[in-house]
Amino acid sequence: MSRAPVIHPLWLRMTHWINALAVLVMVTSGWKIYNASPIFHFSFPDGITFGGWLGGALLWHFFAMWVLIGNGLIYLGLNLASGRLKRKFFPISPRAVLTETLAAIKGKLSHANLSNYNQPQKLAYLFIIVDTLLLVLSGLAVWKSVQFPLLRELMGGYDNARIVHFAAMSALVAVVTIHVVMVALVPRTLLLMIRGR
Amino acid sequence: MFKPKRIQLLDEPAVVKAALQALPQPSRRLFLQRGLSLGGLALLTGCTLTDEDSAEQALMRVSRFNDKVQAWLFDPNKLAPTYPESMITRPFPFNAYYGIEDVPKVDGSRYVLELSGMIADKRPWTLEQLHRLPQVSQVTRHICVEGWSAIGKWGGVPFATFLKRIGADLTAKYVGFKCADDYYTSIDMPTALHPQTQLTLTYDGQTLPAQYGYPMKLRIPTKLGYKNPKHITAIYVTNVYPGGYWEDQGYNWFGGS
Ligand code: HEM
Repeated sequence: MSRAPVIHPLWLRMTHWINALAVLVMVTSGWKIYNASPIFHFSFPDGITFGGWLGGALLWHFFAMWVLIGNGLIYLGLNLASGRLKRKFFPISPRAVLTETLAAIKGKLSHANLSNYNQPQKLAYLFIIVDTLLLVLSGLAVWKSVQFPLLRELMGGYDNARIVHFAAMSALVAVVTIHVVMVALVPRTLLLMIRGR
Repeated sequence: MFKPKRIQLLDEPAVVKAALQALPQPSRRLFLQRGLSLGGLALLTGCTLTDEDSAEQALMRVSRFNDKVQAWLFDPNKLAPTYPESMITRPFPFNAYYGIEDVPKVDGSRYVLELSGMIADKRPWTLEQLHRLPQVSQVTRHICVEGWSAIGKWGGVPFATFLKRIGADLTAKYVGFKCADDYYTSIDMPTALHPQTQLTLTYDGQTLPAQYGYPMKLRIPTKLGYKNPKHITAIYVTNVYPGGYWEDQGYNWFGGS
């Protein structure tokens, strides 16, 4: 029996799942930190936050931060060096994203060849990469507002950097939610992301 | 704003457990107990309640590593932004680990600032003597660990001036503070010598009001609120890590930007 070719190399699967875990810890501990002084007129239900109290959430947040950044650099570095980034995510065009999204809604998008990402998928993953970068940079502006004056001013000052950080988190959570729903709809992709083939 | 409770660390494990379950607010161990009891996440992180201590130790070790990274990042010449007086937040928020009704009432006429540790001239200072030193003022943003911030105007003596005046060993690692409200904290020497770090005697041109730290506080625009001790009664210079009230419970020791 000949084995199917590897679609997701081991390093990609590992960085993906490590990242998923780091993001989960960062987001849920971040909600606890947000609750200590909400920017808007709502708080996150305590049950879905992580860390127990503000001090615990901060410890987790500033621990998972290293995992997210280290793992993210490995992911980006290997993706760029191997040329995989270009191969997997490009070309991408607004028109194709639109037509394929409409096809998906009508249930007419083919999932026969899972070695290529479809256009909305490419957009979603590229968005996740860029948005995570924005999350890290705005977080850095909140954490080190004195040491990184340029970053602070780009974010519109300390208080505004908090809002940027929050908005980037919200966008990430929204896109990842869609991402996970899509995986549930095409479960074979999950097998791919675990076994590689 | 938070409504912190006084925390008591008891030794008897059973009592601790019972007490912790009863306590609604910050407690050194509660965060992990609650955190890890999030079933799914606990499984994913490979932690169980029995690993509570090692998880806590690991987190604290990372936090101390983060102290080192932040000390390395800290540029003593980078200044915190200053603002026009028109941007001062009014009223400026009160914050402490207790409610405003428990603010200590310090008698200024009897007040002495005690000095100890690696300091050449350990003679205590009266409030009057502190006021006779050259005074400066600055309008800066106070940033709380909880996330909120507020702009205020503080006046007093550049802390570096004071440290040199008393012959503090400027090569020591830490400067520690003890306060009239039983609060305590400590900072790194580079931050103590930062040009904006100020031994503060006034707020908004007035004698420092009780709720903002009468008779004297340390104002550090490059640090979070819990590293800006109020009602300081003793200052010491040391190479032995002194910790702090919140820091000992898990807040990051460097605690600044
Ligand atoms: C339990 C949650 C998650 C599941 C089940 C999951 C599942 C998957 C699967 C199955 C794929 C491959 C899709 C395919 O081959 O067509 C994938 C790719 C991807 N996922 Fe997730 N994922 C999760 C969480 C996350 C999170 C939290 C993030 C980011 C914040 C994320 C970002 C990505 C990215 C960027 C890719 C593309 C990776 C690449 O090809 O370079 N995922 N995910």
